[in-house]
Amino acid sequence: MNQKTYVIVGTGAAGIGGAEAIRAHDPRGKIILVGDEPAGFYSRPGLAYYLTGEIPEEQLFPLSQAEFKQARFDWITATVLRIDRDNRKIVLDNGVVLDYDCLLLATGASSRKSDLQGADLDGVVELDNIEDARRILQHSRKAKRAVVLGGGITALEIVEGLVSRKVQVHYFLRGDRYWGNVLDETESKIVEHRLIEEGVRIHYNTDAEAILPGKGGLFGRKPDQVAGVLTKDGVEIPCEIVAVAIGVVPRIELARDARLEIDRGVLVDEGMLTSDPHIYAAGDIAQAYDSFAKRAVLDVLWPVARDQGRVAGANMAGGEAVYTKEVPLNVTRLAGLTTTIIGTVSTGGRDDDTKGIVRGDSETWRTIPDALVSQSGFDVNRIRLMVGEKTLLGAIVMGDQTLSSPIHRLVQDQVDISSIKDQLVDGTDVSGVISDFWSKVR
Amino acid sequence: MTFKSIFQKDQTKRSVLVEGLVVPDPARCVQCGICSFHCPIEIDVRRHAWTGTPVNDSHCLTCGECVARCPRGVLRFERIDIFEK
Repeated sequence: MNQKTYVIVGTGAAGIGGAEAIRAHDPRGKIILVGDEPAGFYSRPGLAYYLTGEIPEEQLFPLSQAEFKQARFDWITATVLRIDRDNRKIVLDNGVVLDYDCLLLATGASSRKSDLQGADLDGVVELDNIEDARRILQHSRKAKRAVVLGGGITALEIVEGLVSRKVQVHYFLRGDRYWGNVLDETESKIVEHRLIEEGVRIHYNTDAEAILPGKGGLFGRKPDQVAGVLTKDGVEIPCEIVAVAIGVVPRIELARDARLEIDRGVLVDEGMLTSDPHIYAAGDIAQAYDSFAKRAVLDVLWPVARDQGRVAGANMAGGEAVYTKEVPLNVTRLAGLTTTIIGTVSTGGRDDDTKGIVRGDSETWRTIPDALVSQSGFDVNRIRLMVGEKTLLGAIVMGDQTLSSPIHRLVQDQVDISSIKDQLVDGTDVSGVISDFWSKVR
Repeated sequence: MTFKSIFQKDQTKRSVLVEGLVVPDPARCVQCGICSFHCPIEIDVRRHAWTGTPVNDSHCLTCGECVARCPRGVLRFERIDIFEK
């Protein structure tokens, strides 16, 4: 049998997951990874802990060069310009043309750019990749004040990173609460309260009109540097950093130009195959069917990306793997508070601070389930359950994470909770009821 | 809580530490590496989370540092019964 050539575009969790799965199924095949990320493969979610100083930069890299070499992955740092589907080739910006038998698109998502006046000034930052994290740290060494615009997990990662670097943070919220389309009012208030305790100044119902440049002078900020933010109400807030986290956009341009079927992402079947029989897609760009949301959704979640990459890789190498979407889950820290988000959790609130999807996010979470809400605890330890007809449809566990895994399993496995439904809806001792139930059914 | 129950709790804890392994839940892991960074004897715990295998390294002290430090609840102790009791 001839040696097959596999080309993978993208070197994140989906791309590496794909490459590993191909190698596991095809020891002889040629695997070429093409990516425009000079740093290579690192933990994107880990950047939050790099910003706070909990880990050094070198800790972000899960695999060593030796491991890549051992797996015989060829690595090319370049940008792919286009896909020639008829001749099964891709064209790179360095002039190289690569043939492929099978192609995996795992290009990920990139941050949505701000269209504010002054968004190109030195000191305007985002948190998309390792270079952005380095830039934030570099600016934070000299800066005293920062304005953070946006929402979701990324905005708080930046806020916490800056706070830990002793920068005074002003956090703008366009509405009256944080992440309103995923968290309920109490959860938003818990997070906001903790931010305020950390010294963050939250500006509610506030939107930026423009980012202001320096006026020059001997000791002043330079005209190409950030000097402040002008709000729509005409207030000027002086600062040296403006951080923007208003969501991410799946990088589907290559797929669109190649006329693959796309919606908000690249549409894939249960084997992660696109509308072209030789091209697969996985990770942030893949829009796959979700049985919990009952529609094809986007997820910007690391473990999902890796799982999808593995399924795609196995199938590229001749396997028959099926991607069974697990209930979307993320464990994150919101203002220092560990928070697990599972399944469908929306209570129908709005979020004006971001557009579309954000990092560490699933569209499924924003599905409003046909459920009764059960909640317990109104301090830092809080559980909110979305109680369906016979099963749990989603949950948010804040603070104490003892029941996070059991609840995840109950939602994932669609365990019949009819026998405890009344007690859960009653809400007097949600933790105790779940705890007892779990010890019986586990 | 009686004196006996305190003793039993302590005994259970010790049994888990002695007979247990650190077991990862890969669905929660984002490979940040905090676990490996804090391991006092430099076991690459993250690698176990990547491959989904328990930390079956005979050098593991079961000190719990990685379990406690993981910000995402990936790691837990699981008692492995080698011999039937």
